[in-house]
Amino acid sequence: MRAWLQHHRISLVKTVARLLASPFSTLLNVLAIGVALALPVGAFFLLGNLETMSQQVSVEPQLSVFLSANAAKSDIADIASRIKGSTGVLSARFVSRDDAIAELKRVAGMEDVIATLRRNPLPDAFVVTLSTRDSAVVDRLEREFKSLPKVAHVQGDSLWARRLDALLHLGRTAIVLLSIVICVALVAVTFNTIRLQILTQQEEIEVCCLVGATRAYIQRPFLYLGSLLGVLGGCVALAIVLATARILNSDLAQLATLYGADLQLRLPEVSHIVFVFGACTSLGWLGAYWSVSRHLLVFERR
Amino acid sequence: MAIVSFQQVSKRYAAGLEALRSISFSVDPGEMVFITGHSGAGKTTLLKLIAAIERPSQGTVLVGGQNVSAMRATAIPHLRRKLGLVFQGQKLLYDRSVFDNVMLPLIVTGQPYREATRRARAALDKVGLLDREKANPVTLSGGEQQRLCIARAVVNRPAMLLADEPTASLDAAYASEIMDMFSAFNQVGVTVLLATHDLRMVEKWGARTLTLDHGKVK
Repeated sequence: MRAWLQHHRISLVKTVARLLASPFSTLLNVLAIGVALALPVGAFFLLGNLETMSQQVSVEPQLSVFLSANAAKSDIADIASRIKGSTGVLSARFVSRDDAIAELKRVAGMEDVIATLRRNPLPDAFVVTLSTRDSAVVDRLEREFKSLPKVAHVQGDSLWARRLDALLHLGRTAIVLLSIVICVALVAVTFNTIRLQILTQQEEIEVCCLVGATRAYIQRPFLYLGSLLGVLGGCVALAIVLATARILNSDLAQLATLYGADLQLRLPEVSHIVFVFGACTSLGWLGAYWSVSRHLLVFERR
Repeated sequence: MAIVSFQQVSKRYAAGLEALRSISFSVDPGEMVFITGHSGAGKTTLLKLIAAIERPSQGTVLVGGQNVSAMRATAIPHLRRKLGLVFQGQKLLYDRSVFDNVMLPLIVTGQPYREATRRARAALDKVGLLDREKANPVTLSGGEQQRLCIARAVVNRPAMLLADEPTASLDAAYASEIMDMFSAFNQVGVTVLLATHDLRMVEKWGARTLTLDHGKVK
């Protein structure tokens, strides 16, 4: 057990020493891995921000129910009770045609336009707030309200939110695909790095085999090397993402003051950072393991 | 019980070359055996089969009672730890000192560092290289390099030493110095198998001789 720990320590120290022995090629390797990883990590992080922003922006789902122009007071009361009685409806607010035009007049520049009209073209309407965003319920209520007498048109206000959701979903799929491609690249890079390292240490490996080194003994430093390359690559990727987020945040702050909103990219959570490091380490290890098991076969007995 | 036993062992290489043809012999513990024969007679192949560097095409190779020909890959390192190998082409590592070369088998087998240092120094002392422990092997003479190989082979206190042409390319004085060393290890109970084409050595040391001729025991 002590010998085993001692060997693990020696392997790790040797691996670090080996990386430092050729700092330039190590740096280039780590940069290659890091830049490649920065793409999916950054995209993932950006998407996470878009998702939280979309949740903040799209408040409750609403339906606007427009009545036909010939709807009488009794019809309106009837429709109001039918709407309020439906399941899935949180509240319904009546907006009369007079209120609607008054509201429109308050919008800058609209007053002149409205003044040219001979009569109020706007219909009476209900703004219905729903208790759920579930599209099945929204669709059902939309159909139900449309079938009511004296209802001319029903407009789903949440449609744009659903479109955004669909877009975010598309983005997520694209990122998953991108991540897979980058992961394959990471494995390939470590595979090749380890292969070159094995070639330069061929003599040592051969001698170790002859004096009774086990396979695990010979593999260990290379597995450490692969994992270490992964970790360092992960560091570079995160550094790139964090630096980019900082730069973007100062630009966003300007944009936010113009819109009077609070726009800020939130930094990745600790659990996400841990996940990125875990993934990088495992992928580096995997590339190294694959390389070692392929190239050490040469030293097995014929 | 024999420490090495070959039963009808043949070794054919892919190119169709038949290095060994159905040879049988055995070596008792503590014996010193010369394996002689012209170059290409199969001396090196025979030693490689014992150390499980190569696999026989036919027949059974037993080492210390274990069937090496059917041995699993994971068991081979443990077999090799009981052997000391002095092979041609030396295979010294020139990126480290004389001392670190001798340390390698001890680190590989997981000896505690302090004990390993003590043993490495003892082995270097035995071959007369203790004062060169910090040197790079490249600065050693041919004879000294051969002695370093021997130190590395014996540092793990193996039960058996396998040496392939250990005196080739050495002049007579160096050669007999090397032979003295093998003989000394044999005196303390180590089995020694020595492949050589140098018949003067064989005559001088008068040990048991196994002569190979075109892959057969003569």
